Amino acid sequence: MLYYLTKRLGLSVVVICLVVLLLFSLLHLIPGDPATIALGPRATPEAIARYAEKMHLDEPVWRQFLIYIGNAATGDLGLDVFSDRPVTAIILERIGFTLALVAAGMGWAMLLGIPLGCLAAVKPNSWLDRVTGVLSVGTIAVPSFLVSIWALLIFAVHLRWLPAIGAGEPGDLGDQLAHLVLPAFAIGLSWVGYLARMVRASMLEVMGENYIRSARAFGLRPRRVIFGYALRVAILPTITLIGMGFGGMISSTVFAEIIFARPGIGKLIFDAVMARNFPIVQGAVLVATGLYILVVLFSDILIAWFDPRVRESL
Amino acid sequence: MSENPSEPETGIPAIDATGLPDHMSEAEIRESAARERREKLRMFLTNWQGLTGLILVTLFFASAIFASWIAPYEPNALDVPNRLSGPTWEHLAGTDQLGRDTLSRILHGGRVALKIAAIGVSVSLVVGLILGMIAGFGPRWLDSLLLLLFDTVRSFPTIVLALATVALTGPSLGMVLAIVIITSIPQYARVARTATLTLRNTDFILAERSLGASMGRTLLHHVMPNVVGPLLILAAMDVPVVVTVEAGLSFLGLGVLPPTASWGTILNEGYLVIRDAPWMVIAGGIPLILTTLGFTFLGEALRDIFDPRMGKGR
Repeated sequence: MLYYLTKRLGLSVVVICLVVLLLFSLLHLIPGDPATIALGPRATPEAIARYAEKMHLDEPVWRQFLIYIGNAATGDLGLDVFSDRPVTAIILERIGFTLALVAAGMGWAMLLGIPLGCLAAVKPNSWLDRVTGVLSVGTIAVPSFLVSIWALLIFAVHLRWLPAIGAGEPGDLGDQLAHLVLPAFAIGLSWVGYLARMVRASMLEVMGENYIRSARAFGLRPRRVIFGYALRVAILPTITLIGMGFGGMISSTVFAEIIFARPGIGKLIFDAVMARNFPIVQGAVLVATGLYILVVLFSDILIAWFDPRVRESL
Repeated sequence: MSENPSEPETGIPAIDATGLPDHMSEAEIRESAARERREKLRMFLTNWQGLTGLILVTLFFASAIFASWIAPYEPNALDVPNRLSGPTWEHLAGTDQLGRDTLSRILHGGRVALKIAAIGVSVSLVVGLILGMIAGFGPRWLDSLLLLLFDTVRSFPTIVLALATVALTGPSLGMVLAIVIITSIPQYARVARTATLTLRNTDFILAERSLGASMGRTLLHHVMPNVVGPLLILAAMDVPVVVTVEAGLSFLGLGVLPPTASWGTILNEGYLVIRDAPWMVIAGGIPLILTTLGFTFLGEALRDIFDPRMGKGR
């Protein structure tokens, strides 16, 4: 386990370094002066000089890279071009909205998708199984940003049941929750399908195993056999799926935040891109990617913990 | 991460061709192959998902190719007196802020989607195939390096990568294509690599090698035909992803630029007037959903028929 852990951690560190390198080189690969690119065409010469000095642009590129890595490792991601506030502080302010949205979206998808897949597997070819099958293909195929737009149209603009934009009044939990419903619905919908399908497939496999038959033969109640024994094993591939799908989740979160004007990381990156506020883009993309790599790492370790065979495969 | 090359369960259907019983004559072999083809065709024709998929996909191709003939108006023709008109007999899907006919724009938007899908999917399939075969057949260190590269690319959430790049280069069709290709190469490469690894030690490849066939000849004439099948199925399932990425980026104003009609730009323009002209986001979303559903249905039906094992563990 320790060997696997070291190797897996090493891989993540390498990936993070490559991501940092990519982000850093983006600014330098584009022809032209990095300061002018970062600050945009409207920047004054003084601002450019100040930025060049701050970012150590007069140093050789490899030194700049090392400085950038060193700063990023200590939590210093530079200063916002417009407000001069630290990028780290701005990201910390916004990240809560994104995490809440991802948790809510994944949460309702799991609460609905996993039992649905379970029940479909317990009674194959029943009406519930058929409905689940059609539903999962349908929800997987519909792009999540379209779900966001249509949900906004139906529930906020047309029916006026829920608020359309923003994240709610600070301090008013009810209002914040009401603002969370539509985006969470939109990013979770396709996951209901994924999860139901995945759980169904692995449950069908597990239900044929000998130990499930033994558990039945002992006279355990079906509910206990299904949820207590079969699901525990069948859930493993689903954990991997959730971990790997987190990148897609980040993408749909970006869309949901933009469409519902929710002030999370995705909206932050988008606005910064539009304003060509490069320190924010660099910092926020790094944080978003880092978050993703952490989740994948966590799910891989969880799987290795559950299933010893995985440990030998790296 | 590692696929055991000697594992008998490969999921590559075509390998079986070498394992035919000796007592069968060539005519018998040919007849049994023809029977199998008829059987597969019958399976496909009785599969409602596959048929629906085929119809939708045909519709997508036909409407995109013949857009100029079917569309009632020029996509950018202005009809200012009728601006923001709802669905009427004159404008079946209404008009936008400039009085352009939404239906005509949707039909022409299909062309953009088709172009991106065709170029994006074929380039990533070919590059993925080559890289995957190299990884599977080449030396160990090259394999590890390529795997690491695939993992790094995969660990970048697509939209975040797109946002970071577009921040510097500005939006363009070429950029969308580049992002689509880079992010979908790894999945083709991984499937090709696994398939190549399992082929590497089969008798007919070893025989070919011992006869002195060059690496290139072996890969091109003997490995590739056996690897390409699963990749084609993957390609059908990849089209929805590519079309969605294009529409999504164009929706954010980071892809196809106005006034060019694309499903994404129609949704973007519709989103801005969602309160006054809801038909734009409705009409703009329907072709997107039909296309993604069509290719997903078709891809899954093909996978179930030709490669039942591939469905497991997804």
